[in-house]
Amino acid sequence: MKREMTGAQMVVQALADQGVKHVFGYPGGAVLPIYDEIVQQEKVEHILVRHEQGAGHAAEGYARSTGKPGVALVTSGPGATNMVTPLTDALMDSIPMVCFTGQVPTHLIGSDAFQECDTVGITRPATKHNWLVRDVNDLSRVIHEAFHVATSGRPGPVLVDIPKDVQFATGTYTPPEQVSLNTYRPRTKGDPKAIRAAVDIIAKAKKPVFYTGGGVINSGSHAAALLREFTKLTGFPITSTLMGLGAFPASDPQWLGMLGMHGTYEANNAMHDCDVMVAIGARFDDRITGRINAFSPNSKKIQIDIDPSSINKNVRVDLGIIGDVAEVLEDLLIVWKHEKPKMDKAALKEWWEQIDRWRGRKSLAYRRNADIIMPQYAIERLYAATRKHDTYITTEVGQHQMWAAQFFHFDKPNHWMTSGGLGTMGYGLPAAVGVQVAHRDALVIDIAGDASVLMTMQEISTAVQHDLPIKIFILNNQYMGMVRQWQQLLHGNRLSHSYMDSLPDFVKLAEAYGAVGLRAEKPGELDDAIEEMIAVKKPVIFDCRVAALANCFPMIPSGKAHNEMLLGDEVSDETIGSAIGAAGKALV
Amino acid sequence: MAKEAKGRKAAVPVKSGAAAAKAEGMPRARGPVLPPASAYFIEERHDRAERHTLSVLVDNEPGVLARVIGLFSGRGYNIDSLTVSETEHSRHLSRITIVTTGTPVVIEQIKAQFTRMVPVHGISDLTADGPSIERELALVKIASIGEKRVEALRLADAFHAEVLDATIDHFIFELTGTTEKIEQFVAIMTPLGLQEVCRTGIAALSRR
Repeated sequence: MKREMTGAQMVVQALADQGVKHVFGYPGGAVLPIYDEIVQQEKVEHILVRHEQGAGHAAEGYARSTGKPGVALVTSGPGATNMVTPLTDALMDSIPMVCFTGQVPTHLIGSDAFQECDTVGITRPATKHNWLVRDVNDLSRVIHEAFHVATSGRPGPVLVDIPKDVQFATGTYTPPEQVSLNTYRPRTKGDPKAIRAAVDIIAKAKKPVFYTGGGVINSGSHAAALLREFTKLTGFPITSTLMGLGAFPASDPQWLGMLGMHGTYEANNAMHDCDVMVAIGARFDDRITGRINAFSPNSKKIQIDIDPSSINKNVRVDLGIIGDVAEVLEDLLIVWKHEKPKMDKAALKEWWEQIDRWRGRKSLAYRRNADIIMPQYAIERLYAATRKHDTYITTEVGQHQMWAAQFFHFDKPNHWMTSGGLGTMGYGLPAAVGVQVAHRDALVIDIAGDASVLMTMQEISTAVQHDLPIKIFILNNQYMGMVRQWQQLLHGNRLSHSYMDSLPDFVKLAEAYGAVGLRAEKPGELDDAIEEMIAVKKPVIFDCRVAALANCFPMIPSGKAHNEMLLGDEVSDETIGSAIGAAGKALV
Repeated sequence: MAKEAKGRKAAVPVKSGAAAAKAEGMPRARGPVLPPASAYFIEERHDRAERHTLSVLVDNEPGVLARVIGLFSGRGYNIDSLTVSETEHSRHLSRITIVTTGTPVVIEQIKAQFTRMVPVHGISDLTADGPSIERELALVKIASIGEKRVEALRLADAFHAEVLDATIDHFIFELTGTTEKIEQFVAIMTPLGLQEVCRTGIAALSRR
């Protein structure tokens, strides 16, 4: 059925037809016609943010916690340029997101009009694809294509730029079922021969490891379930990247913890010493591999990824399987169950004994303190207090993010929202807003740092306005902790501008916004304060005063391999200063 | 602060650290001044670079060329030659022919990256996928008199170049051929009064 309507009406109609319930946005001159339609309907709820970047990250949090695309709506010019960071963030972390931007009327494009910018030009490398719609009759088709591109294959952000005259013009609306793309058809089914070859390699493994990533989460809850089944069937140890936490339950004995720069001793050593590595929806990021020519030198590597460009990009693999994680695992399991391969039980037992020795090293141990709250302790107490709730965690970027990844444990996918690839400070607070919009009754906590949280602090106002009881749990050490740690490690402890002088009083700040402010300064106060935070049915800013100079360990220093980790209990200031050798200093 | 901190375990919090730093303004450096280092590993690669001709069929829509060029500049790939034109008007398809130089890993990456682009219908590596034909067209302006002018005309004839334009003091030749042939022609013409050269870039088709 085709219908006549204005461009602005088409946007709202297309959102409704795509099943969109929530849009995060900020109005402005070039999107007023769309806002005029939004206010006159009830199918799509609009969440007003305080800065366009917040709309983008909120849409990301919404998408990551639901598996559905997040939608943002902003105006031309500064509205669009403020969206560049979240778009790039979503691109790096493969988050499905559809962004609508207003544009100056078509006849003014190129004239340096008020609030004009080359939005599609600026966002071209920040999106999976983008469109400038010049004819109202193309608009609905383009929007449906945009949703298709954002959510299929390797998910990612897309942008639709709509000039104001196109929003006013009347044209024909095309419903989604009449739209099909004839170019973009990503392959989701793995090559059966490759899957059979993978089964052979996996069955013969003596020292295997599963290395999983965000692709498992993106592939959906079915993929996580299949991963669990396959891991149980094989009895193999499993680790995950930052982005993949929750795909496999952290409470399971086969779980090794996170790997990579701040991963556990057992996970990184297993990666280094393994003879078969199965990478599932993970892309061999430089924070994972460490020194690439010393990365897992003796293993046969199998990689399952939906994006052909992820295979052999950083690390050469022996067997690449292009396909969706869930579909490939499903086929793999069918072959596995049919062939019932004999595994080398004795070798695997020996491998697990070796892993247990690494585990015995207790790489996440830290020195407790009776007077000062250690940041690791704060996360441990937060985890303990929230176990009985349906808890979603978002983070900013820095030490607190790594401590959260190490000490907060996830048993379910889609409960952990963090900026992995781009490393965007200021991600967590607006992402928490997005998560809470999608899960009104859940406990949503942004584990934050004092520096990061100030980058998008204004979004607490959004939370107050829309009755979103998010909890901002700030590990306040009065430093940009990770910057300070790197300056200690790499720059002779010359702490150049990593000290946050004159921080606000976070409790008063919360009160000024109409939220609740809480503070804990001693370990003894922590549990009660956390309970109070959870009990309050309003947004909370929790100022958790933690040890100022704690470092995040374990750590693979620059230019080192997985088996050359720095462990927290054996480093002094001197070893930190000399941890990176001459070769490692040739790094950025 | 400098003396105090020496030898202290880093993993242990320095109790009064922030307060002490506050009293002194910005925290001061301590210990010997070390040269700066970094956290990315930079590896020199010594794989041999290869030259490949890629043929890409794309939707002829606004911005498609910018996407292709952006892919190359954004990821640090080389473009030696680039030729674009709409080749199937009814389907609005353009063929982009790109000559690029890179290690085998980079060439594979470029091809994989192309498959991710929404307006791309298909890509073929003419260098790797079997025999193909490549041609380039050049317009060459020569301004000379006397013996040099006669020699230029004679050599152009030997190269099967066509005279497109002639006045008493210049010629414009049209030459079609492989890149090597055009390079050779330009080199020979340089001492004979070469003024300007315009080249189309490579057009190429698979012979299969």
